[in-house]
Amino acid sequence: MSSVAGLKEKQEKSWKEHRLITIFRDLVKNKLAAIGIVIIASIFIAAVFAPWLSSYGPYEQDLSGTKLAAGADGHILGTDNYGRDMWSRLVHGARLSLVVGLSSVAIGLIGGIGLGLLAGYYRKLDGLIMRVVDLLFAFPGILLAMLIIAMLGTSLINVIIAISIWSIPGCARIVRGSVLSIKQQEYILAMKTLGASDRRILLKHILPNCTAPLIVFATMRMATAILSTSALSYLGLGAQPPTPEWGAMIAAGQDFMWEAPHMAIIPGLGIMLTVFAFNVVGDGLRDALDPNMDMNV
Amino acid sequence: MVGLIIRRFLQLLLLLFGISFLVFMSMHLAPGDPATIIGGPNATASDLEAIRENLGLNRPVVVQYFDYLAGVLQGDFGYSYQTNQAVTEAIITRFPATIKLATASMIVAIIIGIVAGMISARKQNSWIDVTSTTFALAGVSIPNFWLGAMLILIFSVNLQILPVGGLNSPFYTVEGMKELILPAITLGTASAALIARMTRSSMLEVIRSDYIRTARAKGVRKHSLIWIHALKNAMIPVITVIGINFGGLLGGTIITEQVFAINGVGRLMIDAIAARDFPIVQGTVLLVAGIFVVVNLVVDIIYALIDPRISY
Repeated sequence: MSSVAGLKEKQEKSWKEHRLITIFRDLVKNKLAAIGIVIIASIFIAAVFAPWLSSYGPYEQDLSGTKLAAGADGHILGTDNYGRDMWSRLVHGARLSLVVGLSSVAIGLIGGIGLGLLAGYYRKLDGLIMRVVDLLFAFPGILLAMLIIAMLGTSLINVIIAISIWSIPGCARIVRGSVLSIKQQEYILAMKTLGASDRRILLKHILPNCTAPLIVFATMRMATAILSTSALSYLGLGAQPPTPEWGAMIAAGQDFMWEAPHMAIIPGLGIMLTVFAFNVVGDGLRDALDPNMDMNV
Repeated sequence: MVGLIIRRFLQLLLLLFGISFLVFMSMHLAPGDPATIIGGPNATASDLEAIRENLGLNRPVVVQYFDYLAGVLQGDFGYSYQTNQAVTEAIITRFPATIKLATASMIVAIIIGIVAGMISARKQNSWIDVTSTTFALAGVSIPNFWLGAMLILIFSVNLQILPVGGLNSPFYTVEGMKELILPAITLGTASAALIARMTRSSMLEVIRSDYIRTARAKGVRKHSLIWIHALKNAMIPVITVIGINFGGLLGGTIITEQVFAINGVGRLMIDAIAARDFPIVQGTVLLVAGIFVVVNLVVDIIYALIDPRISY
């Protein structure tokens, strides 16, 4: 008996692996998505190995060599108004952006999945939860994040909290939609009749069916989270100087646009490339996972 | 139709009520005592008590909320902690600049977006199509504050043909127009990109539908086929995108105002957040969210008017 179960498990595992390979193959067939994957991989590598990739520290000032142009004096991308190495600040900025992006999307997903499952499965909770979600949707764009920062104060941690909360309603809507369609299916009814607990049905049978739209949502959301973090820091509501955060770096660079335009140009290119990569990979994933996926959030 | 409007209107009122409650509560739960912000560092305990008494801060929260709500309904949003100016007055003086910016950007976005999307769809897979779709993709990825800074760098610093910032002259003068160009492009680009993508895919879908083939078979001229028969149906999803985008645009105004040093509601809000001037934050957030939900309602109604198949 146990060997049969073992075989079944093995089969299931190889089927899953096969499915992953197919998805990946479909994904890289899309040229833009393939470029996006390469960019994301490079940014991850730059972020992880940031201290080893640069011979200067991101905070290391050299007042004898300020606002150097790219390539001067062993500084690949030049220096800023305090003589800090721009390349070092750029790769350390990648670190910050990815950490903030990943953590806020992860927290947002947990909250959104929880609320979405409850709303979709329990009709009694649906009305209440979805009204709260509607309410959160009433704050356009970055405004909800700003309101939360107005409440908590300006810091990078609060930016993570703000973007997490801002990610919840979109995620909850997607999960709820999937749950509503899945829970009508007969195998769920059969599970119920067999006496499976709600928790088991929700986590083991309904949630895995929401994975595809959630992966796409999370990828796209990374783009939004990174863009918003830099926007908030640019406005002075997120990371504060001298933190090497891309948005804060652009804000500082704008004052030196006449003498040292590279101070504002370089971090902006970093943001643009990263956001572009996550956007195209998200698009590609949507096509690879399910061309008819409804992502109207 | 009338039923739809009434129902949506009631929902709108509930939503506005919810927004005001959420905003009020989040400002109320924020750490930091308003009395110490108003009183300054040298205020004594009795001074602080007097300020609290004066502003009614020692009453129960719910009472304070309904008091605030009653004020808001009469156009009274309270007074700034910093300057003691009426919030309503502060908003009214800043509002025209924001509206000017948002409207100009929306016009830029709609014109560029729809034209680019239509051309892309007509000449699918041509170099024009490839260029415009690539730009559309890049457009949503560019941080608008950076785009603004780059436009300033090119047109104001290097070419010196457009002003660096500010929105001081009336928009119908040449100076006013010049001041609006860069901010409107900065803010409108992301929306233009989304509108172009939507127009393209929607148009491609409609062009292949049966009724267009029938119309062509009947001998309708190509020009009117595209711009009248197809466009009307293709516009339905585009209008939704424009509506949804208006929210992003309002949020973006806040950032763009900062880039070009435009004295609008957005800058008022940012300064107030940094200074923890809660009445101003409350007033500006309420205003922006309020406009957003009202615009959404209008979009829904336009939607129903264009497409009679839709019922809510």
